[in-house]
Amino acid sequence: MESVLGRYRNLIILVGVLFLQVLGLATQVKRTGNDEEHTRLIRIWVVGAVTPFERGLVWMQNGTGNLWHNYFYLRGVRAENRQLKLQIEQMRLEQVRLSEDAAQARRLQTLLAFKEQFISRTVAAQVIGSSGSDLSRIVYIDKGENAGIRKDMAVITSDGVVGKVLLVYPSVAQVLVINDQSSGVGALLEKTRLQGVLRGTANGEVALERVMSDEQVAVGEPVLTSGGDQIFPKGLPVGTVNNVSAGKDLFLNIKVKPAADLSKLEEVLVLTEKRERESSAEETGHVRAADILAQRLPSVPDKPTVDPKAAGGAGTKPAASDTPKPPATALSPKKPSIALDEATGSKPKTTNTNPLTTAPTTPKPKQFAPATPPPSQTPAQSPDAGTAPQ
Amino acid sequence: MPITYTSGEQVEVYRFSFPVTIGVPLLALFLQAFVPLRFPRFAVYFDLPLLVTIFFAMARRNPVSGLVTGSVIGLAQDMLGHNPIGLYGIAKTVVGYGASSLGVKLDVENAGARFLVTMGFYLVHAAVYFTVARYMVNMTQSFSWVYGLLAGLANSFVGVGLYFLLDKFKQRT
Repeated sequence: MESVLGRYRNLIILVGVLFLQVLGLATQVKRTGNDEEHTRLIRIWVVGAVTPFERGLVWMQNGTGNLWHNYFYLRGVRAENRQLKLQIEQMRLEQVRLSEDAAQARRLQTLLAFKEQFISRTVAAQVIGSSGSDLSRIVYIDKGENAGIRKDMAVITSDGVVGKVLLVYPSVAQVLVINDQSSGVGALLEKTRLQGVLRGTANGEVALERVMSDEQVAVGEPVLTSGGDQIFPKGLPVGTVNNVSAGKDLFLNIKVKPAADLSKLEEVLVLTEKRERESSAEETGHVRAADILAQRLPSVPDKPTVDPKAAGGAGTKPAASDTPKPPATALSPKKPSIALDEATGSKPKTTNTNPLTTAPTTPKPKQFAPATPPPSQTPAQSPDAGTAPQ
Repeated sequence: MPITYTSGEQVEVYRFSFPVTIGVPLLALFLQAFVPLRFPRFAVYFDLPLLVTIFFAMARRNPVSGLVTGSVIGLAQDMLGHNPIGLYGIAKTVVGYGASSLGVKLDVENAGARFLVTMGFYLVHAAVYFTVARYMVNMTQSFSWVYGLLAGLANSFVGVGLYFLLDKFKQRT
């Protein structure tokens, strides 16, 4: 007996070690739900051993990059700055247009008492590592429990959705990326409003499942989060439809190109707090394109706030209910639109409080007029000098 | 140089210092987790912990030592991911045992033998992983022979270079 054991000692040990691992694997597979919690203590050893090196290397890399880009390599910064300023102007105008649409949507939502989820707090984090395997698409971020990160928090970039927090350690967290097989995100198609479940495939692609084959889905259609998974707030960009083909079981096979570059993640935002509240029509103040354009005019100085009483002498009849609130956004103009109207002596635009009959306001050319042109400004310099009181 | 050993020939058995035994696998794990952030295809084609497992197993030429090395490195690799712990562990245990058993019989000091051994064990590793993941854990897996061969070749080329680098840390028993 001993000779047999001695002869096959290596093989017996191999079988024993394999048996133990298979047993451990079977235990994990049998458990359902929060298996990550059971293996958390074991995983933390390796994560704790590897992530400090990754964190250090990322820090060094960023430090060197910052030194080069911020101090040495400043070629073309002026031109870029000019271009960015122009871009900001255009974006502000676009924002005004969008805020009008949003205001209208809010009014309608208020009517229907819709509840919305708002992102109220985020934590910026740096991606410091990955699983190192294409069969487990996860990344590690340099923020953990100590920074307020919790399990199942949504992780995004400015481009779109990245994934959700899977495991949290004191100073790092593991993020399951949306192209992993075990990932699932509630999603909808922007134009057709068709809902489905976004899942990762074995080869790292992202597919939208559960869309019936008799539906019309166009390539290039944007995909957004539906909010149905209770992790991602509704309306975050996920990607665009890349390919549509007939799938099995009466469902379409929709491939989605993620909006965020999942293979080159560097900085991400973790949504640490989101609030659910009923939308209110009064949340957005009126910001008109005219106000933005007025600010762009180099000859138009900042206008002093006009006292309603004083303005009343000029023939205006301001009503308390007509005064719109100044916009809360950082991109809001310095003066609310009412000041311009009052100063021009024209009757202020009344805000229709009935959401059903409220139409989005469109900027009119005469709203470009500054209140009182400066002494140096000739009528010809003013875009609409005729409306200004002389 | 003969490829196989006859009974009369002496088989060289090597050992490694403690820092190398711990540091090299840890460095391989670190690189495996970090490099894909900059080169995303790295994780698809390369498996540095596997190459380190094969190297240590072949150099020590002790099946028990080889399987323990493979088991520890594999389990550590499992812990970095989110899949059940043991998938890489089982695959690398088999590779560690096989590589050290082969090391007793073959001359694994020359580049050609190392290239072929690495290629073979890469495929063994992929097959074991695929089998366990598919039939035990019920994971959806797609296995392509073309991809397997390409990745095997890539790992073999890198492996040959890496082994010669790691040869510097060998100590005769």
